[in-house]
Amino acid sequence: MSETATPATGVSKSLKELDRAVIRFAGDSGDGMQLTGEQFTTESAWAGNDIATLPNFPAEIRAPAGTLFGVSSFQLQFGSQRVYTPGDRLDCLVAMNPAALKVHLGDLKTGGLLIVNTQAFDKRNLDKAGYAANPLDDPTLAERYRLHKVDMTALTHEAIKDLALNAKEKDRTKNFFALGLVSWIYTRPLEPTLEWIRKKFGKTPSIAEANTRVLKAGHAFGETAEIFGEHYAVEPAEMAPGLYRAMTGNRALAWGLLAAAQRSKVPLVYGAYPITPASDILHELALHKRFRVRTIQAEDEIAAVTSAIGASFGGAIGVTGSSGPGVALKGEGIGLAVMAELPLVIFDIQRGGPSTGLPTKTEQADLMQALYGRNSESPVVVLAPATPGDCFYIAYEAVRIAAKYMVPVIVLSDGFLANGSEPWLIPDPATLPPIEIGFRTEKDGFFPYLRDPATLARPWVRPGTPGLEHRIGGIEKQDVTGNISYDPENHDHMVRTRAEKVRRVAQEIPPTSINGPATGDVLVVGWGGTYGAITAAVERTRAEGKSVASIHLRHMNPLPPDLGHILREYRRVLVPEINSGQLVRVLRAEYLVDAVGFNRVRGLPLASEEIHEAINQLLGSQA
Amino acid sequence: MSPSGADAKEAPKYTKKDFESDQDVRWCPGCGDYAILSAVQKAMPDLGIPKEDIVFISGIGCSSRFPYYMNTYGFHTIHGRAPALATGLRLARPDLKVFVVTGDGDGLSIGGNHMLHVLRRNVNVTILLFNNRIYGLTKGQYSPTSELGKVTKSTPMGSADRPVNPLAFALGCGATFVARTVDRNIPHMEETLKRAAHHHGAAFLEILQNCNVYNDLAWNVMYDKEQKVQYELRLQHGKPLLFGPADDRSAVIMDGVVPKVVKAKDVPESALWTHDERNVNAAKLLADLFAPDFPIPVGVLAAVEAPVYEELMLQQEQKAISDRGPGDIAKLLTSGDTWKIS
Repeated sequence: MSETATPATGVSKSLKELDRAVIRFAGDSGDGMQLTGEQFTTESAWAGNDIATLPNFPAEIRAPAGTLFGVSSFQLQFGSQRVYTPGDRLDCLVAMNPAALKVHLGDLKTGGLLIVNTQAFDKRNLDKAGYAANPLDDPTLAERYRLHKVDMTALTHEAIKDLALNAKEKDRTKNFFALGLVSWIYTRPLEPTLEWIRKKFGKTPSIAEANTRVLKAGHAFGETAEIFGEHYAVEPAEMAPGLYRAMTGNRALAWGLLAAAQRSKVPLVYGAYPITPASDILHELALHKRFRVRTIQAEDEIAAVTSAIGASFGGAIGVTGSSGPGVALKGEGIGLAVMAELPLVIFDIQRGGPSTGLPTKTEQADLMQALYGRNSESPVVVLAPATPGDCFYIAYEAVRIAAKYMVPVIVLSDGFLANGSEPWLIPDPATLPPIEIGFRTEKDGFFPYLRDPATLARPWVRPGTPGLEHRIGGIEKQDVTGNISYDPENHDHMVRTRAEKVRRVAQEIPPTSINGPATGDVLVVGWGGTYGAITAAVERTRAEGKSVASIHLRHMNPLPPDLGHILREYRRVLVPEINSGQLVRVLRAEYLVDAVGFNRVRGLPLASEEIHEAINQLLGSQA
Repeated sequence: MSPSGADAKEAPKYTKKDFESDQDVRWCPGCGDYAILSAVQKAMPDLGIPKEDIVFISGIGCSSRFPYYMNTYGFHTIHGRAPALATGLRLARPDLKVFVVTGDGDGLSIGGNHMLHVLRRNVNVTILLFNNRIYGLTKGQYSPTSELGKVTKSTPMGSADRPVNPLAFALGCGATFVARTVDRNIPHMEETLKRAAHHHGAAFLEILQNCNVYNDLAWNVMYDKEQKVQYELRLQHGKPLLFGPADDRSAVIMDGVVPKVVKAKDVPESALWTHDERNVNAAKLLADLFAPDFPIPVGVLAAVEAPVYEELMLQQEQKAISDRGPGDIAKLLTSGDTWKIS
């Protein structure tokens, strides 16, 4: 916690101002930690802070209570300056049970605030967490951390003892006690949570009343109990003026599609099979039928992609979404769209793998799958959003490119972006670039594989157009006529043409923006959800007086036309990725540059601290 | 939202020739597919649908070359996936008349899952399944409809897996229209094709088809004049299940819940089984009948009405729009919790 100001005056307890704080709520899957974190995020957004969040939960829907693998947590960093990541080390940990303490204590800074729910530290829970003795009785815990033992369960029950709820229902509200308490510690406004309770439990007034009282009880406990000597304020961040909302990556992808459907005036069909962490996109789109967005919960991943291709053939925007295992199944379908030269958008919300891997954890290891994971020469456009809010623009851009070039576009998001949220400056949709869809209706001179000279796109013809009846398919085509062709020279020509068409998408890519000096010692190249961690690490290194810059790729294929030039302006190139070195391999192959990777594959976002270290190591090694 | 688009546009007066494409037909000489192609082209004018509103979707296999030879819109897709692709097409374009052309391998092996779901969803498509009980395009391996013990290149000592019955499968999936015809019975094929094409919902038509190269005369019981007279059971709605030579008719009757063959003259008329296309349970019994113990039913086994997937989906869309107006992204972006920073 970087403390910058002296205690404020005029309050009974000392109020310290902070630049930023990193907080983690941790408890059992059933303890409501995700909700607590989300509400604390909303309160911080109201307070005008910049925010980044990291939800982390087990794959099991109802993991056995009290176990280590059943621990669910929600971390966020909020600050009065730009916040790039959910933070590395914790300033404050709320542990609702012994398992949560055991799993997360290692991340708490020495001297950090540790708040525990004492009643949960009974023999049974201690056993389940593998504690031989109660860790709260160990004096070193209170020496190392600012430990606050609070019997949240008892205080919760006390606050609502007169309400006609059973013990289980009462118990379930204790997360609001934690939320109220931490909201007081960090002077967060309660209004958004009170409003949320009113809306959510409008139909069950007794639950609404219980949650409200417990929230306020937690808040009052912080204010009156003698144990909290001080609390903290984090001033509003200096952010670009405008209207903001909290945005998660998955919702942003869905809304980007809605924007594209509205702008293009063409229906959009989203075919998907439920899979973590992509299902929320299907859920979100299913809510918005008014946009003429039609969702199919397909029988499998293959049907999901082929139904989308069928929609594209019919003149709609075909989109499918999944995670890595599902995208593997879609491979042949994507190849069909490559061959048939139809627009198709594929979302890959990457997760830990291979196989089932770590369904609820993040990873960036599908880049090679996106680039090459199909039979034969099967080039597609690949895009990657940098932040949750960026997913909106990327989804829109994917539709625009797919329709303009008659080509599949894969969007590589990841579990971190999908579930993480950030304050998002709401754009004016009118400022988005147009999506121009010109279905061919002219009979004269028509051939199915006639090409636009600038984009090499073939004409998109809606079935139902008189006089343009034609047949397409997965067999190799003669260029222009679209007739089946086994001619060797034609196949060579078509392989090159399909590749060239994808290459020409480079003309859509804006100049790469460089964070830092245009020439220097180290260039850090990132892509996808590591944007925040890389940017924070690079800014910190530069603040130490070093010559370091970063760029973040959103276009993975084709790569930006200016990339080769930029790479050569720095002595060393570092590529941090949550995989074992995929982009770094592409960069080395494409540009013959001696780029080095920084790779950790733990199912977690990279920490800016470790990237900072890696940069310094590289700077040191060149001396 | 007409399933056929027929009330949107008046179709010109077509002849068979209007549906012939300029592509050379590349099936083996003597293949049963030629007769099917001809029958489909002949049946098309009867649909009364402008040919630009007709789409043929296929998967992979000999049968799946079909779209190239139809002068309509067509899409030759990937192995087994035509029903799924057609589902997406129908959801995007409910104004189009969509045919799916598939085979016993494409539709019941690699694409069995999609066949199940297109039928249970009752997507408004006409499915033509060419059943020749063999893999032709891959040069003669046994198929999921090949008889147990089938000796092929991949099963030199005979296949060890029991065949699937396409009609029973379709009915089990909840198909609303199930029929069978034979490639060498042109008039029956045309008539049954028309019935299938006019059905509202997923229509499943099994066409017994000859692969003269890898499985010649697999359906000889329906080709050989004598056997055909013996075994063909023409299903006609409202008519009793009678078959066999005119002078020695047999009947299928119900003995409890078990179908049984008797001489027609030995039973009173009241004991005869009257075919009712609306009775899906009866159709399930019919689907299992086969020579030599039973006759082979051809014609429409079942034809019932049920909700159509894409129509329900589009009704929801219409309701959402009429209740709350068309979507407006600018409004959506600023809805819910927002805050201003100045």
